Amino acid sequence: MSNPTWNLEPSLESAAQVQIKPQYELFIDGKWQAPASGTYFATVNPADESHLAKIAWANATDIDLAVSAARSAYENVWSKLSGAARGKYLFRIARLMQEKAKELAIMETLDGGKPIRESRDIDIPLACNHFFYYAGWADKLQEAFAGQQFEALGVAGQITPWNFPLLMLAWKVAPALACGNTVVLKPAETTSLTALKFAEICQEAGLPAGVVNIVTGYGDTGAALVAHSDVDKIAFTGSTAVGKQIQKACIGTPKKVTLELGGKSANILLEDAPIDQAVEGIINSIFFNQGHVCCAGSRLFVQESIAEQVVAKLKFRLQSIYVGNPLDKNTDIGAINSKKQLETIEKYLAIGLAEGAEMYQPDCTLPSQGFYCKPTLFTDVAQSARIAQEEIFGPVLTIQTFRTMEEVVQKANNSPYGLAAGVWTANGARIFGLSSQLHAGVVWANTYNKFDPASPFGGYKESGFGREGGRHGLSAYLKFKN
Amino acid sequence: MLASISPLELSALLANTPPIDQIGTLERIARIQARSIKGAAKLQGLRMALSMIDLTTLEGKDTPAKVRQLCYKAQHLHDQAADLPIVAAVCVYPTMVGVAKQALGNSGIKVASVSTAFPSGQAPFEVKKLDTLYALDNGADEIDMVISRGRFLAGDYQFVYDEIAAIKALCGAARLKVIFETGELDSLDQVRKISDLAIAAGADFIKTSTGKIQPAATFPVVLTMLGAIKDHYDKTGQMIGMKPAGGISSSKLALQHLLLVKEVLGEAWLSNEWYRFGASSLANDLLMQYQKQLTGKYQSAAYFSID
Repeated sequence: MSNPTWNLEPSLESAAQVQIKPQYELFIDGKWQAPASGTYFATVNPADESHLAKIAWANATDIDLAVSAARSAYENVWSKLSGAARGKYLFRIARLMQEKAKELAIMETLDGGKPIRESRDIDIPLACNHFFYYAGWADKLQEAFAGQQFEALGVAGQITPWNFPLLMLAWKVAPALACGNTVVLKPAETTSLTALKFAEICQEAGLPAGVVNIVTGYGDTGAALVAHSDVDKIAFTGSTAVGKQIQKACIGTPKKVTLELGGKSANILLEDAPIDQAVEGIINSIFFNQGHVCCAGSRLFVQESIAEQVVAKLKFRLQSIYVGNPLDKNTDIGAINSKKQLETIEKYLAIGLAEGAEMYQPDCTLPSQGFYCKPTLFTDVAQSARIAQEEIFGPVLTIQTFRTMEEVVQKANNSPYGLAAGVWTANGARIFGLSSQLHAGVVWANTYNKFDPASPFGGYKESGFGREGGRHGLSAYLKFKN
Repeated sequence: MLASISPLELSALLANTPPIDQIGTLERIARIQARSIKGAAKLQGLRMALSMIDLTTLEGKDTPAKVRQLCYKAQHLHDQAADLPIVAAVCVYPTMVGVAKQALGNSGIKVASVSTAFPSGQAPFEVKKLDTLYALDNGADEIDMVISRGRFLAGDYQFVYDEIAAIKALCGAARLKVIFETGELDSLDQVRKISDLAIAAGADFIKTSTGKIQPAATFPVVLTMLGAIKDHYDKTGQMIGMKPAGGISSSKLALQHLLLVKEVLGEAWLSNEWYRFGASSLANDLLMQYQKQLTGKYQSAAYFSID
């Protein structure tokens, strides 16, 4: 007996479970304050282009207020607390985030376009875990850096990207507070909502006023924060272009800087790999979060003997990838974060075709409203092609073949970036051989995009410097006296 | 017994068997389990699952009367509900094949017989052959043979291959399902190896377990076997059937298994020609969920016949 086609029905998470206010102010000194300019900007849902809320646009005056509040909180309150007392606040924040996990996940999906499956199962739980993890370090810094003398930096200015809004906030705020700093954080303009919700959580946790300040706005807001003379540290995650501007702006100042920037990470598939699991891993390494991942495995290198088979398997796998409404629990690829980013990705698709690469996209229908891009494979890609060299930051995978280990190491390292790499082989010796030769801050073996608060993360070359996560992440927020 | 594969061909076959990564396998399964199967898709899935059941009784205490009851149930799953499908087959021991054949008549439901000294397979080949011939002579449409796990684990792949090939040769028009008893195999690598071996030796279906050993049809084992079927199809264009058996007792698990088949093999396998559930208690849970989906109310188990 043969059956008709079996298709899943949409299973929508209800957006009615979250309350988004019509307008958000700046969170400075524990209070909600209107921006000095009186200006607000709109944040939209990239899944259907609907208006979500108006967000305050901070200028240099607001930044000055926020930095003063952070300085005063640092001098008078936070630096006087014991590590255990700071840890207590961080644990409280972590627990409140857990309690509100569903709300945070839905908000993240509404504002940023990522599938609810990811915000629910990855972003929010990991963000909570970062707070739990660094809460535990707060009273053990002496053990983390035994025999060394150190103190907090003071006021940290932090600028987060739109791809993992709350998670990147957690990567930055949790270690900063654990080490005794106070913070002024500017979220990306397209995804401010969970940072503002986090401000409410800080209030609910009874965190002393001024310890965490959230200032929303565009690039000019971030530039004002970077330029402020009373900021001791700048932590930035975002594009390499902006990272370079920040680095220039901080030259000749006493500011400590850590930058986590772009990538064009190589994923290397050897012929002796567990092929089906590797194919699954490749799919996850490039299509996770619509490819808006700085460490996305965007360059696939497949060993010649299995290349044809692997490409066929990737194409087949793409047939069961659901692209569409991010609130649908069955969605694998949600909405592109903004119109601007969709235009960038589409520009690169055109470049790839003009460069003579062969493009494959599965046959799927995209919603008529909102910003969407089909998962895309490029084969016949030259090492010198722009699509193989430049960061696209979208669901686009370039596939190259190789014959020898020496060749693939050279090609993988032939990039201005060096954030991450993946190695797929059942041969343990090859894992160690390759991972020691790859110029990347993170090398995953037989897996990809695995994150844990205990594991440091950061890049080589133009992918940035400094490490976030783990014990390494603490030293970015301390100054050592030797 | 004739050697039907040369040692060289056999080693080439085994050399092409890919390693299986346990962690990656679990991650793939987690993605399937995170899917939400609701509404009309659930109803359709439940009906599909019912039509794929090999309704099974494999007990020492089986009687002709019990087998006849099972055969009636196979054709009348729940007459209180209109328009339900019938199951795919009734699965019994060789001695009960004649009874089942007669009870099922021309209902379209197949009679499957376990054979080759089921469940342990611990008998001389000549006995296994007679066991199979007996079932076939009594009208079995399908033969569910067990492999010699001891020989397989000892690395005697030639023996295992030849045994399957020889039973296949006896089967004629009857379809051969080869049971691996994966609960006795050590790793997913072994599961993949026996899958490739059995398919090459002529299996029409590959089947996880006898139902007598735990663990039985776990998701990692099933996914590994589906991978072997997919690779064989990509290479040769020949479809091989899949039968998980043992341990799939709830509708939720059954629907997830169907989704796994859909995503890993494709829609073409979503028919009882290519996919079966070896189960005894699954049918009633599917019926219970089906009624719930239609009426919005759960009925107690007392409303569904046990045989």
